[in-house]
Amino acid sequence: MNYRLIALALITFAPFPSLAQSKPAGDIAAQAEQIFRSSFREDNPSYWMKRLDQDDTMRLCSQYKDNPPPRIRQKIEKAEMASVRYPVDGKLIGDWKEGEKLAAVGTGGHIGFIQPDPPGRVRGGNCYACHQLAKKEVAYGTIGPSLQHFGKLRGNSEQIIKYTYDKIYNSNAFTACTNMPRFGLHNWLTPEQITHIVAFLVDPESPVNKD
Amino acid sequence: MRARLQAVLATTALVLAGSALAQDSTMDEIAKYREMLADGNPAELFELKGEALWKKARGPKNASLEQCDMGLGPGKLDGAYAQLPRYFPDTRKVMDVESRLVHCMVSLQGFKEEDVTRQWFSRPGKESDIEALVTYIGAKSNGMKIDVPARHPEEARMAKVGEYIFYRRSGPQDFSCSICHGQNDKRIRLQDLGNLTTQAGAGVAMSTWPSYRVSQGAVWTMQRRLIDCMRQARWPEPKYLSDSVIALQVYLQKTASGTVMQTPGIKR
Ligand code: HEC
Ligand code: HEC
Repeated sequence: MNYRLIALALITFAPFPSLAQSKPAGDIAAQAEQIFRSSFREDNPSYWMKRLDQDDTMRLCSQYKDNPPPRIRQKIEKAEMASVRYPVDGKLIGDWKEGEKLAAVGTGGHIGFIQPDPPGRVRGGNCYACHQLAKKEVAYGTIGPSLQHFGKLRGNSEQIIKYTYDKIYNSNAFTACTNMPRFGLHNWLTPEQITHIVAFLVDPESPVNKD
Repeated sequence: MRARLQAVLATTALVLAGSALAQDSTMDEIAKYREMLADGNPAELFELKGEALWKKARGPKNASLEQCDMGLGPGKLDGAYAQLPRYFPDTRKVMDVESRLVHCMVSLQGFKEEDVTRQWFSRPGKESDIEALVTYIGAKSNGMKIDVPARHPEEARMAKVGEYIFYRRSGPQDFSCSICHGQNDKRIRLQDLGNLTTQAGAGVAMSTWPSYRVSQGAVWTMQRRLIDCMRQARWPEPKYLSDSVIALQVYLQKTASGTVMQTPGIKR
């Protein structure tokens, strides 16, 4: 995927010589990268520092302040779509009760010396940080749209189930540079965990749809 | 007054801890509690402590900080915080309030940098001199407008670097500052998120730090705030006083310029 995007980016930029000439901006980017990277302790474990690396999508989204022009947008979405992996048994819908738990967990993945998560801390989808889901959970954020009654409104056709799975696996496959994380791509959630969250969203018995 | 304050703090901490509480009532509680504290922010105790520390002869050179130049000349503190970060010819660096303060503790008082920064933030039972001093310096700008035009080329460069970092996405959640702070009227769970890319949003934020954080029972400086946001983004934490954190502050203070300082703030 990375190679493809790099190639795409090259093709995209080639017809715009003005972009290549905008030196001051490029200059700042290089200086800012250097300043940013040198702001961290040298004895940090390398897996921490890897978190500062950007793939092509991150780089392009940053460069365009999350608002890329249509052509780049389409290219990102296509490349991200190609990254989606499915569970071995091919079943995209799991157990909504497991999904309900995962959607609520906001911990996991914090590193550093001041307040890291203890080892083995459960890593969840943290969907409530940004979305309204089950009616009974009132502590929800609004960075993303409300997903209350998601299944009730969209149904649970195979197409909707696949869309929901793909969206959670790689949000950028549909919306380049969205604020929503790419949960599957980063192995933040396993394909199996994603199927549980899909069930939480589309199953008629799930509190997302029932209440 | 102290007893009442403590009671209010205790109830508020409880209220804030209950995530199942309705959003409106939580907001009401915070508003009520802000009102009750209007004449008694616990951070004011730190302000007094900071003033005493500022004036006391300390360190290997047995000197006070009264000759420290925070940008407006030696000992001139009124309005200094509101104009930081800025370029300092003597160090040839853009410095924020904390890096400049540490510079003075090292150069005037003879402390070693690693000694004075060891306790750059407080932990339960361990207070931080830096937090107290910054609270004192911050309050000396109250009523004055934030004024960081970033006209010096080095300041202008740092503002651009800060803007770059603000939009830089990375990590296992694809986060940047902008995804949480780039839009109006959003919240994450129940926490309101200002739009730091506008003067209004950055103004509300920048004019109220350092702040007493009820959930932490401590005063946080802007370095502490920003370093914790990076932790929330699932990045490694930048070093205290590092240029990234200073650059972000130049960008935010420049955006916030014109807003009247009101410190110490009170936050969740
Ligand atoms: C940091 C914020 C954030 C988090 C965390 C987040 N999302 Fe999103 N989500 C968004 C935003 C913003 C959108 C709208 C833009 C888009 O479609 O990507 C969105 C869109 C969606 C959509 C598409 C809605 C539609 O109308 O088709 C689904 C489904 C979704 N999110 C599910 C989830 C689930 C499930 C989780 C938890 C595993 C989650 N999101 C976590 C921000 C977030
Ligand atoms: C995952 C979301 C998230 C990310 C990413 C994030 N922050 Fe924050 N930020 C928060 C939350 C939550 C608060 C506290 C709001 C509250 O307590 O009501 C906050 C508070 C702040 C404040 C104080 C605001 C005020 O009004 O007092 C500033 C300034 C700030 N963040 C800057 C940044 C910067 C700069 C970055 C990038 C390095 C960043 N944040 C990244 C969530 C985030």
